[in-house]
Amino acid sequence: MKFVDEFRNTELAKVLVNRIRRNSKRHIRLMEFCGGHTVTIMKHGIRQLLPETVEMLSGPGCPVCVTANHDLDEAIALAREPGVIITSFGDMLKVPGSHSSLQRARADGADVRVVYSTLDALQIAKENPEKSVVFIGIGFETTAPTVAASVMQAKKEGIANYYVLSLHKLCPPVIRALLELGEVRLDGLICPGHVSAIIGSRPWEFAARDYGIACVVSGFEPLDILQSVAMLVDQLEKGEPRVEIAYRRGVRPEGNLRAQELMGTVFEPSPANWRGIGVVAESGLRLRKEYHEFDAELCFDFDPGPTLEPKGCLCGDILRGVKTPLDCRLFRSTCTPEHPVGPCMVSSEGSCASYYHYGTI
Amino acid sequence: MCLAIPALVKSIDGSEAEAEIGGISRRISILLTPEVEVGDYVLLHTGYAINVIDEEEAKETLKLFEEMALLDEPEG
Repeated sequence: MKFVDEFRNTELAKVLVNRIRRNSKRHIRLMEFCGGHTVTIMKHGIRQLLPETVEMLSGPGCPVCVTANHDLDEAIALAREPGVIITSFGDMLKVPGSHSSLQRARADGADVRVVYSTLDALQIAKENPEKSVVFIGIGFETTAPTVAASVMQAKKEGIANYYVLSLHKLCPPVIRALLELGEVRLDGLICPGHVSAIIGSRPWEFAARDYGIACVVSGFEPLDILQSVAMLVDQLEKGEPRVEIAYRRGVRPEGNLRAQELMGTVFEPSPANWRGIGVVAESGLRLRKEYHEFDAELCFDFDPGPTLEPKGCLCGDILRGVKTPLDCRLFRSTCTPEHPVGPCMVSSEGSCASYYHYGTI
Repeated sequence: MCLAIPALVKSIDGSEAEAEIGGISRRISILLTPEVEVGDYVLLHTGYAINVIDEEEAKETLKLFEEMALLDEPEG
């Protein structure tokens, strides 16, 4: 078993769709939080398979998309500092900030390098001891432990020229903030699978307990999504919202304790600015005092300049599930993957990019 | 950024391992999964194994779908 193809079996997909169609009576609204889930749903045309009683909304689970312009401007300002090498995941390069992007800064002469892993960033730091290597730390709880591991490795090996600009964010607090906002009536949540591989299923319990939201932790293959929708429909038809794990091969209720420990050793919660939502308390991560020598925010004297928001861009509303890319006047006209206006069109997990590449339904 | 793919652990060397994805070998970190053993599949995310995949649970899930398929048959 290779754990991929088996979960794309079309015959079994039909079985799950039949089950959903048979059981679904009331109209329900489900949100898939994670951008990775949005991609699977769009790519495999899952919305078209579901009955009209099941409505799907996309949420703000795309770490690139929810990075605020101010934070992007900080990364770009750092890129312009003398002696700095910026290392970043590829998605970040084309995202437009207030005036520029990392890609444009690179075209203007800044040293900006795409890396697949913090392991690559550490290697660049070792090979360039006279430079300062700053890693742009984007990602939720899936990625934060890997960045924490890199900081601990830097400390252990004495790699003094490695820094992290922590733009990491946490998922449960923003879900709570969205539920509090109450802009969209939600009945169920498809919980992010790999975030939950790290944090477990328990952090989602507040949604079922305090807001009556049905929650299922889902994997990323089409059968995983369909199984999760079937489980959510079951919970809601019975009026028994709770947290269940569909993605049992990847997620344990307690999560990955070692990863949580590493994350907690290096990082502590801090306020974070989510594009389209604003500042949410305790929803970001910053480096703890013991690791301040690796904190790019503290170790460099840089000025990101005044923040400007792109005119007409609906990324904020789309991220909150209030609008879809089809509601945006810029979608497919002014805003395309080649000339993105907002981050939702740039990121491989952004709603707008998914709608653009995989169809408009 | 949630993207993590199954990779097969072929050999272990301290806090790193050789893993195979789609026939290609790469060096990965197992700092987050120190309990991993050769022959395990892991979820690989940005060069780190973030969890060991539970093969038994995977089989159980597929078995569950197949049972649903059998229940479906009389209805066509």
